Amino acid sequence: MKWGLLLLTLSNILFASGGDAGVSGQRDLNVSAIIMFLLFVLATLGITYWAAKRTKTAKDFYTAGGGITGFQNGLAIAGDYMSAASFLGISGLVYMKGFDGLIYSIGFLVGWPIILFLIAEQLRNLGKYTFADVASYRLKQTPIRTLAALGSLATVALYLIAQMVGAGKLIQVLFGLNYEYAVVMVGILMILYVTFGGMLATTWVQIIKAILLLSGASFMAVMIMYKVGFSFENLFSQAVVAKKTVAIMSPGGLVSNPISAISLGIALMFGTAGLPHILMRFFTVNDAKEARKSVFVATGFIGYFYILTFIIGFGAIVLLTGDPQYFDTVKNTLIGGNNMSAIHTSHAIGGNLFLGFISAVAFATILAVVSGLTLAGASAVSHDLYANVIARGRADEMTEMRISKYATIALGIIAIFLGIAFEKQNIAFMVGLAFAIAASANFPILFLSMYWSKLTTRGAVWGGSIGLATAVVLVILSKAVWVDILANKTAIYAYGNPALFSVTIAFIAIWFFSITDKSEDAKNEIAAYEHQYIRSQTGIGAEGASSH
Amino acid sequence: MSQNIYDKVRTNPKFTELVQKRSRFAWKLAIIMLVVYYSFILVIAFSPSTFGQPIGHGVTTVGIPIGLSIIFIAFILTGIYTRRANGEFDELTNQIKEEARSVK
Repeated sequence: MKWGLLLLTLSNILFASGGDAGVSGQRDLNVSAIIMFLLFVLATLGITYWAAKRTKTAKDFYTAGGGITGFQNGLAIAGDYMSAASFLGISGLVYMKGFDGLIYSIGFLVGWPIILFLIAEQLRNLGKYTFADVASYRLKQTPIRTLAALGSLATVALYLIAQMVGAGKLIQVLFGLNYEYAVVMVGILMILYVTFGGMLATTWVQIIKAILLLSGASFMAVMIMYKVGFSFENLFSQAVVAKKTVAIMSPGGLVSNPISAISLGIALMFGTAGLPHILMRFFTVNDAKEARKSVFVATGFIGYFYILTFIIGFGAIVLLTGDPQYFDTVKNTLIGGNNMSAIHTSHAIGGNLFLGFISAVAFATILAVVSGLTLAGASAVSHDLYANVIARGRADEMTEMRISKYATIALGIIAIFLGIAFEKQNIAFMVGLAFAIAASANFPILFLSMYWSKLTTRGAVWGGSIGLATAVVLVILSKAVWVDILANKTAIYAYGNPALFSVTIAFIAIWFFSITDKSEDAKNEIAAYEHQYIRSQTGIGAEGASSH
Repeated sequence: MSQNIYDKVRTNPKFTELVQKRSRFAWKLAIIMLVVYYSFILVIAFSPSTFGQPIGHGVTTVGIPIGLSIIFIAFILTGIYTRRANGEFDELTNQIKEEARSVK
């Protein structure tokens, strides 16, 4: 399998160097980048081989046996969260808009303390493999699992497409490889990691990638600060001179309407707390103590990373603006687009070798993130839909694991096809929609199942579905789809992200359909809350704690 | 887990103490985070020039240290919670579990 893949990679390289290099938007073949990337692939395949031998039970597959430490899990969460989109996208945003880039970084970060304070330990104490375990703890398995699995799959699919398309384009520019080959290669590698190595391999791929990304970005930030004499004032004043405007030092037009600003804030904050691949990471540690440590470590690394991207963005303004090697003076943008700012900066700092390193890290980042997503999607299919809905909790473990591996392969293939199909589409709305669905369907059900004793199955199903539908409809009516894709003149929904409305509607609908539920089942579900509450608060009877 | 253990926990005054202390602490920190973050967002939305004022005679504006300090606040708050929960609260939780198991 390894050799087949290497051959495939090599043939891609040969193919690309023979034909496609030099096509506009595609860079010449970057040999150092490819060698470093191949080293990463070899190392991670080695880890997958090691992890495969240790992945025997369903618990191993979904949660790495629950044996990841808090620190390791914190790094892996940071690895899951620091996608190529946030590395290239946020440094690109800072490069373009200065201060406004910081607004996004902060929005992405502040969800983490909330996750820690309100859901992390309850999640660990109640769940086994997926967040649907928690949501359906005292409610009816079939409807709740089905809805949670749909919410998970929708979030995962949107996120995956965005990552795949981003990966294809990035690799095309960085390595000079053909788009389709790049997407196929990402898909195959991710299938290998997940099917053979399960959560253990996925976790270590995340950890290695997080360390590489943090070291690379730290080096860039230190070199930038070295060039400006380690003074922020110097960095900013040189940037102002280069951009010929002080506007980059204050909030610009990015967040001007208060309603859109709050709506975006809600989506980022509660969306993070509803992302299935993130929630799943809490089951890889042994107990609530390690779960808390994970969030503390993850918040530290993610916050540090956003400070680095802020420095890198400003460094890019100083180092790249006007330099014909990186800057297209006719179009007044960076060559390859403003999202290339971090990549160009790496070249300006450390030449071809460091450019190769950062390119390889960006590719590794995409691989790690798609692996985590695929594992979460496969778990929703095998653990929620198959084992608990179709087999009604009577599936044997081996069959469940086999289904999860088939699901991984199927998701990988679907991701490859969608990645290719969406190449030329405008996919800017997809990550926003993924966060909106996570915040409006997954999060309210999860949160209320933990905190509100009167939640019933009927309330959760109606409220969750209404939240999901509202999020989807409002995104379609917003500028990102209604104007940018469907070519209408003005957006019907004017506030960008739907979260403020869709999350509120979801909570109200869950409340209404729960309190009006007078059925016998509802009474039992409410009565079962106390039992759940004791377990969620103390961890008595929790998975992991009892199996040792 | 037998129903017995759950009854023991439920009637243990330490359980009420744990839940009250911990949830009060968690919500307090969560509200601090929400207030800090949404104040930041609202200032940007309603009065962006507040953050655009330069500090002293340089180009660095007030908004930059404020923005960066929100990142530090997020980190520090998670640290404060983790420290107290992994120490004091887990200690209490373990006592509750011990007491529930010992008297069967």
